[in-house]
Amino acid sequence: MSNIPAQLKYTRSHEWLEQRADGTVRVGITDHAQDLLGDMVYVELPEDGRVVKAGEECAVVESVKAASDVYAPISGTITAINPALAGAPEIVNSDPYGDGWLFCIQPANPAEIAQLLDATAYEAAAQDH
Amino acid sequence: MTADTLIYQKSHHGRRATAQAPAAVVACDIPAQFLRSPPPLMPEASEMQVVRHYTRLSQKNFSIDTHFYPLGSCTMKYNPRACNSLAMQTGFLDRHPLAPEATGQGFLACMYELQQILKTVTGMKGVSLTPMAGAQGEFAGVAMIRAYHDARGDQARREILVPDAAHGTNPATAVMCGFSVREIPTDAHGDVDLAALKEAVGPQTAGIMLTNPSTIGVFERNITEIAAIVHQAGGLLYYDGANLNAILGKVRPGDMGFDVIHLNLHKTFSTPHGGGGPGAGPVGVSERLLPFLPIPVVDRNSDGRYRWLTEQDCPQTIGRLSTFAGNAGILLRAYIYARLLGREGMQRVAEFATLNANYLMARLREAGFEPAFPKRRATHEFIITLKKQARELNVTAMDFAKRLLDYGYHAPTTYFPLLVPECFLIEPTESEDKDTLDGFVAALVAIQREAEADSARVKGAPYTLPVRRLDDVRAARELDLIWKHDNA
Amino acid sequence: MPFIPHTETDIRQMLDVIGVPTIETLFDEIPARLTQADISSIPSGLNEQATTRLLLQRAQQDAQPLCFLGAGAYEHHIPAAVWQIAARGEFYSAYTPYQAEASQGTLQLIYEYQSMMAHLTGMDVSNASLYDGGSALSEAVLMAVRANRSSKSRRILMPRTVHPHYRAATQAIVRNQDIILDELNFDLQHGVIDVASLPDAPGDFAALVIPQPNFFGALEDVDALTDWAHRHGALVIAVVNPLALALLKAPGQWGANGADIACGDGQPLGIPLSSGGPYFGFMCCKQAQVRQMPGRIVGRTVDLDGKTGYTLTLQAREQHIRRSKATSNICTNQGLMVTAATIHMALLGAEGLRRVALSSHDNLNGLLQRLQTLPGIERAFARRPFFHETVLRIKQRHVSQLLQTMLQDGVLGGLDLSRYYPELGNTLLLCVTETKTADDLDRYARSLATALQQ
Repeated sequence: MSNIPAQLKYTRSHEWLEQRADGTVRVGITDHAQDLLGDMVYVELPEDGRVVKAGEECAVVESVKAASDVYAPISGTITAINPALAGAPEIVNSDPYGDGWLFCIQPANPAEIAQLLDATAYEAAAQDH
Repeated sequence: MTADTLIYQKSHHGRRATAQAPAAVVACDIPAQFLRSPPPLMPEASEMQVVRHYTRLSQKNFSIDTHFYPLGSCTMKYNPRACNSLAMQTGFLDRHPLAPEATGQGFLACMYELQQILKTVTGMKGVSLTPMAGAQGEFAGVAMIRAYHDARGDQARREILVPDAAHGTNPATAVMCGFSVREIPTDAHGDVDLAALKEAVGPQTAGIMLTNPSTIGVFERNITEIAAIVHQAGGLLYYDGANLNAILGKVRPGDMGFDVIHLNLHKTFSTPHGGGGPGAGPVGVSERLLPFLPIPVVDRNSDGRYRWLTEQDCPQTIGRLSTFAGNAGILLRAYIYARLLGREGMQRVAEFATLNANYLMARLREAGFEPAFPKRRATHEFIITLKKQARELNVTAMDFAKRLLDYGYHAPTTYFPLLVPECFLIEPTESEDKDTLDGFVAALVAIQREAEADSARVKGAPYTLPVRRLDDVRAARELDLIWKHDNA
Repeated sequence: MPFIPHTETDIRQMLDVIGVPTIETLFDEIPARLTQADISSIPSGLNEQATTRLLLQRAQQDAQPLCFLGAGAYEHHIPAAVWQIAARGEFYSAYTPYQAEASQGTLQLIYEYQSMMAHLTGMDVSNASLYDGGSALSEAVLMAVRANRSSKSRRILMPRTVHPHYRAATQAIVRNQDIILDELNFDLQHGVIDVASLPDAPGDFAALVIPQPNFFGALEDVDALTDWAHRHGALVIAVVNPLALALLKAPGQWGANGADIACGDGQPLGIPLSSGGPYFGFMCCKQAQVRQMPGRIVGRTVDLDGKTGYTLTLQAREQHIRRSKATSNICTNQGLMVTAATIHMALLGAEGLRRVALSSHDNLNGLLQRLQTLPGIERAFARRPFFHETVLRIKQRHVSQLLQTMLQDGVLGGLDLSRYYPELGNTLLLCVTETKTADDLDRYARSLATALQQ
């Protein structure tokens, strides 16, 4: 099985979420997801400041053979997007949990975070697929 | 200079194909503010350079005229030469689309008769020829379904059902017509899951889009039950004509209960695929959808004269889908093909397309390849799955496809439908002879042996074509879509 | 059996391999009720000789009059080489270049086509073509609504100077997606959009459509219109005659920042009139919008050995991958027409195309001069610059009768505009191309003079 860091939260649709010291959360796609999609050629990110609801489509990751929607794991406001991906989408492949992050959200309701999957639960969910 | 260079790179400033241009006109009364400067960057080449360049480019293509082309769901059959030469007569080519009908009675007679032939062979009540491709025919069909429900004040019907094996255009079209899409699963034998269908239908159901034979190469045996379930729920049935070649002249969508269909004339009626078009996607409808047909449609007056019906004649039409009347010249080719075949010839299309597909499937099965639906008859096409080769030899369907090119065969459709892993969708068509099919089997057997002995050999293919495998990732990441002076 | 090669022996051997007694058995999964199709009213097959006789008669029946009709379809000379090469089996009978290695001819040709169209329109990129001009405009409208993220409006400003059939097709194609086409009237005196009359409503429109030349042949104030649109947060969709662009300012150069999308019908570039099709639609745009563009796109890349090659790219936008979220349901391009147009453009080059455009326009001026002496005829938009097509106002006789009389004389005199533009009164749309000689122009003038007197 692919790399699933224990300290992160996850969704069934293969997003990861990291709580940061400033109260925002950082979102990306998992190692498993990038592996399924293959070489990334383009990442479409939400506008800074957009208000999103949990489960709403807010980004697209595109490889040669597929384009996949990325869903907001929680409700909130987009506070940052990863500027490096415009010129180098392959970072999502090489460092999905680090430099390949997609966007940050200021949570509207922090309680939603607790309802997401932990690493063990995500590993089980990903194996079902 | 190699043949790979672009026509731009063969250019020299000031060189022209002088026979082609009218003499220069010095004066121009158009004010400078409307004029361009500098001139566009275009090739500057002699007539012979141009002829040689594009003739050589043509030689880098596989085509029906040069290769067996068993591309599943695309019906790459022989395109008779007469269909092209007879359609390219000056009387047809020089006719302006807005010229009075009096100047086009010969052309309109062909269109009217084509409408009649297509109506009869599909069992529908009316036909409009204007959609310019299968996807536009789909659009017309689904737009008519919407217009029908709207005209009845039944605006709650906003959902289209699509089997999970459907071609991607089906859901894309439904969305273009303002519908949402619900997928219906396919059972283990390739038929629509009836229990799931019954669950899915309701007052929100506008209709269902079906291909029959389906995209997995088998006839939908429960079609009568499906029609009853959808009709009882108040929905309509849409027939995607992608696979009509399998049943042409033998089984009619109208008799199966479909309310609206589109045909792909570039498949079933052998008009050219042309490197990706133009196609033609006429639509046929049952009685209740007649008022909504897209315009223009050809009608015959009581005095035997032909004329176009327009918005004035058809107030409930979904409207005009093309600037004029669709791909008229392609429709002419289809008409000519239909006259050459006649009714007997149409039935033979279905019979021999089916014979060829079942023969090829039997031969491949004998040779150790695995049909995806071994208990089913092939229709005009069938699927084999190379998942065992992928697992055991690490040689994928794509690798087999590329190696086939080295053996002189165009690859079948790969990785469609998505339901079957590592698949080939193979459609030999009726116009191929037994020797060609045998040769194709021999090539696949040879590739299988190569894969077992030296998988790298297969994975590196092709070796004998103008280029080897291309870097798709680079093409998409570092977009280079047009030639400029500085990227030579 | 036409186009079926099987001998009796073949059939026997093939059935034996399958293990069935007859071909009919292969249809045994189909409910018997369905296999009784009655198609007896379809005629029996004809051999090639009889079919040829029939089609020769039909084509001869349609001997065409001298054509002065334009309105979106233009008679231009097509060099003999264009269709001789385009009709080669390797182009004619190939399919969409899915197997790039076996389709380098088609792929390189499309890359060349994209280059020529992008340079002609002054835009950054081009797709591999769409169906025709009218449907290309509808796709441009859908694209503008997707691409204009700042306005998020679903309204489009659609001037009535755009071809009426383009407007009708666009309406039919986009209406189910809750997109509203707001009609924009034109200045009756000049036959163009009046920039001063545009609504002052920033953000209300996703795009403004600008035709050049417009349906009347008149030249719009493209710079002012483009700048107006951009100031109001709207994108600009240029609808252009590609041949005219050899002469006229390219959409990419309109106003301060250029049009955002350029589209139109490629028919003037080597495609016969052919009763309206097949033609091809073209679409070009700025680099920033390329992922919003519908249709096939070819890119240049390298193979395993580092050798240059061409392949379909950005396919994740398309229906076969993106399904219900695709940019369009379109699967194909008008490949064969693009093949012809690319060869046509290569043969003519920029200078050849410019001469065709100039000569067409000059011929119209020559004809207008000949008509000056005729009583009761005037140009409707006399002070407005135009290109190779213009509107005549007729005082003495009803245009439909006039055209009918000229047709009997073997002259297709133009298009009666009363059906499309009742507000213009008794007018006709007249077009002249480079195909007309001085004798042809004399003949038109004589025919019109005679018809006026009846």
